Amino acid sequence: MSDDLFKALADPTRRTILDELVDTDGQTLFELCGRLAMKHGLSSSRQAISQHLGVLEAAGLVSTRREGRYKFHYLDATPLHSIAARWIDPTERT
Amino acid sequence: MPRITVSSVFVDDQEKARRFYTDVLGFQVKHDVPLGDARWLTVVSPEVPDGTELLLEPDGHPAVRPYKDALVADGIPATYFEVDDVRAEADRLRGAGVRFTQEPAEMGEVIVAVLDDTCGNLIQLLQHA
Repeated sequence: MSDDLFKALADPTRRTILDELVDTDGQTLFELCGRLAMKHGLSSSRQAISQHLGVLEAAGLVSTRREGRYKFHYLDATPLHSIAARWIDPTERT
Repeated sequence: MPRITVSSVFVDDQEKARRFYTDVLGFQVKHDVPLGDARWLTVVSPEVPDGTELLLEPDGHPAVRPYKDALVADGIPATYFEVDDVRAEADRLRGAGVRFTQEPAEMGEVIVAVLDDTCGNLIQLLQHA
């Protein structure tokens, strides 16, 4: 299991980004920044949010897709299954 | 005290832009003056014919296209228009074939959506809740 996953989840802003992608999947950087600022009072710069997205993408939690000239960000919860497999599933099996 | 009388967006084709901003968005032409190979082409809202004009400015300068492309990739609007009902307006425009990069969403005291003006820009529609 990648340490990147836990590092990515350790940051509250990054967890909020994932929350907003659960709410609406497939967002531009601009929309995400707007939601973080207006709904959560997070005043991070666009560049900072872009870097957070890079960390989430490296951990496999966010994927980006280009559609024509636009770039959208999507949630990918697949890596979280490795957590369930490590700590939850073994107890369920007993 | 200065007043804002003209704001501008860079468009890839002035004639195409005139059609989109009038036929689709619903603005009306205020000034259309030939200036060499370009036009001084402005539109206004029919509700506020003496209000702020939007200049549809050619984007031929080499610095402009990369600038526009970078903004569009990140979803950043070139400018902002106010409407009474963002959701109804988005429905109307989607019906007219307009592409939205951001569906209507509440952002604090406003509801906003972002559309593609087909001339190389994103435009944010904004409704005060």
